[in-house]
Amino acid sequence: MGDVLPFHFQVVAALIFAIGALGVMLRRNMIVMFMSIELMLNAANLSLVAFSREIGNDQGQILAFIVMVVAAVEVAVGLAIIISLVRNRDTVNIEDTSQMKW
Amino acid sequence: MTEHENTALRWIPLLPLIAAALSGAWLVFGRRALPRVAVIALACGAPIASFAIAVVQVFKLALETALPPDAPYYSDNLYTWISAGDFHAELAFLLDPLSAVMVLVVTGVGSLIHIYSVGYMDDDHREDRGFQRFFAYLNLFTFSMLMLILGDNLLVMFVGWEGVGVCSYLLIGFWYLDDANAAAGQKAFVVNRIGDFGFLLGIFLLFWSFAQAGLPTVEFREMSANVGLLAERTVALPGWLSFLPGFPTWGLLTLACLCLFVGACGKSAQIPLYVWLPDAMAGPTPVSALIHAATMVTAGVYMVCRMSFAYSLAPGAQATVAWTGALTAFFAATIGLAQTDIKKVLAYSTVSQLGYMFLAAGVAAYSAAIFHVMTHAFFKALLFLGAGSVILGMHHQQDITKMGGLRRRMPVTWATFLVGVIAIAGVPPFSGFFSKDEILLAANQAHAIPGHQALWAIGMATAFLTAFYMFRLYFLVWSGESRADHHTQASIHESGKWVLVPLCVLALFSVIGGFFGLPDAYGDLFGVQRSNSLHHFLQPVVHSAEHEISHATEFRLAALTTCVGLAGIALATVMYFWRRDLAAKLAAAIRPLYALVRDKYRIDELYDAAIVRPLRALSSSLLSRGVDQGLIDGLAVNGTAKLVRASADGALKYLQSGFAQSYLVAMLLGGVLLVAWLVRGS
Amino acid sequence: MRTALFWIFSVMAVGSALGVVGSLRSPINSALSLVLSMLALAGLYVLLEAQFVGLIQVMVYAGAIVVLFLFVIMLLNLRGSGAGSAESRPIGKAAGAVVAVGAVLWLVRRLAASRAPWPEVDPTYGTTRAIGEALYTDYVLSVQVAGVLLLAGIIAAVVLAKKKID
Repeated sequence: MGDVLPFHFQVVAALIFAIGALGVMLRRNMIVMFMSIELMLNAANLSLVAFSREIGNDQGQILAFIVMVVAAVEVAVGLAIIISLVRNRDTVNIEDTSQMKW
Repeated sequence: MTEHENTALRWIPLLPLIAAALSGAWLVFGRRALPRVAVIALACGAPIASFAIAVVQVFKLALETALPPDAPYYSDNLYTWISAGDFHAELAFLLDPLSAVMVLVVTGVGSLIHIYSVGYMDDDHREDRGFQRFFAYLNLFTFSMLMLILGDNLLVMFVGWEGVGVCSYLLIGFWYLDDANAAAGQKAFVVNRIGDFGFLLGIFLLFWSFAQAGLPTVEFREMSANVGLLAERTVALPGWLSFLPGFPTWGLLTLACLCLFVGACGKSAQIPLYVWLPDAMAGPTPVSALIHAATMVTAGVYMVCRMSFAYSLAPGAQATVAWTGALTAFFAATIGLAQTDIKKVLAYSTVSQLGYMFLAAGVAAYSAAIFHVMTHAFFKALLFLGAGSVILGMHHQQDITKMGGLRRRMPVTWATFLVGVIAIAGVPPFSGFFSKDEILLAANQAHAIPGHQALWAIGMATAFLTAFYMFRLYFLVWSGESRADHHTQASIHESGKWVLVPLCVLALFSVIGGFFGLPDAYGDLFGVQRSNSLHHFLQPVVHSAEHEISHATEFRLAALTTCVGLAGIALATVMYFWRRDLAAKLAAAIRPLYALVRDKYRIDELYDAAIVRPLRALSSSLLSRGVDQGLIDGLAVNGTAKLVRASADGALKYLQSGFAQSYLVAMLLGGVLLVAWLVRGS
Repeated sequence: MRTALFWIFSVMAVGSALGVVGSLRSPINSALSLVLSMLALAGLYVLLEAQFVGLIQVMVYAGAIVVLFLFVIMLLNLRGSGAGSAESRPIGKAAGAVVAVGAVLWLVRRLAASRAPWPEVDPTYGTTRAIGEALYTDYVLSVQVAGVLLLAGIIAAVVLAKKKID
């Protein structure tokens, strides 16, 4: 693959993961936070597939597939929750949902 | 070993236990008390049955030819109580000549006292359960005493030892609604416990030493056979004990025997642990008779005789025992001179006579000590029961200065009391003479004990005092004109049959009991060989020291003892029968000394100031307030709670902020740390 | 050729990721950036000879998940950005940001040390047939469980999101 080394893919994955983490921590819109979580999942998938190719078997790809399935379910359920929340409180700001505290 | 097995032995202590358990359980679980007849049947039936079994077994022991003459004993092993490595302790009973004599005394005299108590406690109609409770305790006591005597190892003996202590507490404080009685019971128990500490140390020391020598045991027969293993062992004393004689090393057996003797001092009321016995007179008179005259207080003497194999190899301990006994005998006799409560006079007399028994044990005259235990049980129980009869007749009046002239009103009690007084004064041929004389003879001939002549002299002086104060008691109570008020005088009455029959039986034995131990010298006069049956019966077990002494010397010494006793009687007759004013004049002349003696040398006050009060103060200020309330309660318990509260309320709760993003940051941080930790070094 | 493709797809992926996070206009913008990111990643998967995964990435992620996001955004009639009430706990967020960036930098530095080459794989590597065979023989349990999970998810989503029936 020319002079693209395996670790380059890892770097990309790490970057996307970090960006996703920043998004989760810093954005206050619940939908955007959720999308950032999806970014993190994708980054993990990329890392898995890259390692799988580096090792030479398909186990990482299988795992990535399963992760995708789980991510799909998670998105469905998570968005359903967000819908309920937004309907009840009329706000999509996560800081308005901090009642479970001391 | 099958010829030594005898399964009947277990019933001797078990029957009183069953009786106690039954009446006790009925008290706890039953709604009403048992009918009197049932209580009496249980209460008296058990000790009498035990006595019957004991008599049969002892006769078998004495006459059985299948038993080897150097090992005459029966044993009854119930089960292995403790089994730890090489060490086994069985719950087993041993009937050898020593325990045989004690068993007969305890069950015999005990049965008589149980019968007496039926009559004495009969007026305790306040609460019928009191009657039942009394006999449950009394039977429990008998069980404990029998465990003590029949135990075949130190542990079973200790169980009985503690048991009699507990029952003593329960019975002294029987009328517990009066604080003074409860306090007396507590005092008895606490002082006993101090002695028990020494006893335990002795047991531990013996066990440890035997175990080190390869034979972990506390069984009497095994220890006795193997005591040679320990004969030469010594212990090194620490430097700060340099003032003790024999420094720097003591014999191991000496140390162990001294520790055991501390226990005996506590249980048998010797100096310095005698203070509980006079206070124990707060209990009902049968209790005083049984426990504090005939049986429990003799447990210490029995223990020393049982351990004679060790004491014979520990001359330092023997000298201590003998001197303590002699000094206690004299000391208590002096206090008895000035007492005015009939039971207190008898209490100090008991302490004094116990001193005689320890004097005998100290000079290795173990059979003489046991002989005196036996005769003392007869006449002291007699005297106490008689005193109880007097107290009943005088409507619970115990002050002898308010008595007098009772001879005509209570003839049977008077006659038996007189017999008891003559016996204790040591007038031949009553039993007290033979036992006391044997002790004094042994003291006179005990060349191994330093200062034995002085011991003999103290013993003689005490005999004089004993005769004197006992006859003082007799005259003040029975002769002359009555000093009671008219109301009491009108209703003085003789006691019932339940009370009088035991008195007569005991009086009989006080007279003839001496012939069990008639010294061989006297027996020879009548052509009877080995007339000192008791001595010869006990010899295979206790190995008393034998003295080579001519009959002439023996008779001379005996005559001297008799004269001393008669002199005491004579003086008492002069002072309390012919010239009654002499006593008062003498007391006035030496008033300070007299007051000191009458106040029992203020020893109780001394103990109170020097020991009890500081201990109490230490306990309440340091331990109670400081350690318990401050440290444990305040710091450990409350402090922990406060700490948890402060940390949670002050710091931890802010972690639960409700903001999802804070949680996420924390998760991320944790995840990063975890990964970093996992990949470290790679 | 492949190098160039790698760089193109990488830049696209990272850039659109930044767009997801940093888009301060409507969430629709974020969603569209997300689609772009997914597609770029799919390209990267294909570069890694993982054809099946790349295919699934497009179909499931870009084609279903993000569509779901868009549906929800439009259902809730969301407008505007997330800027509303005053931002709270800025320190914690700043710290988190620092940690995240720092971790990435550190990771990159560590990873840069290894210079392992690509091993050879046979042509059936990563094909649908190969993955399918593996899934239905070695990993059939995972597949079944994933199916049950999907069922559970469907039911949960329906129950959670419906309005109350009076």
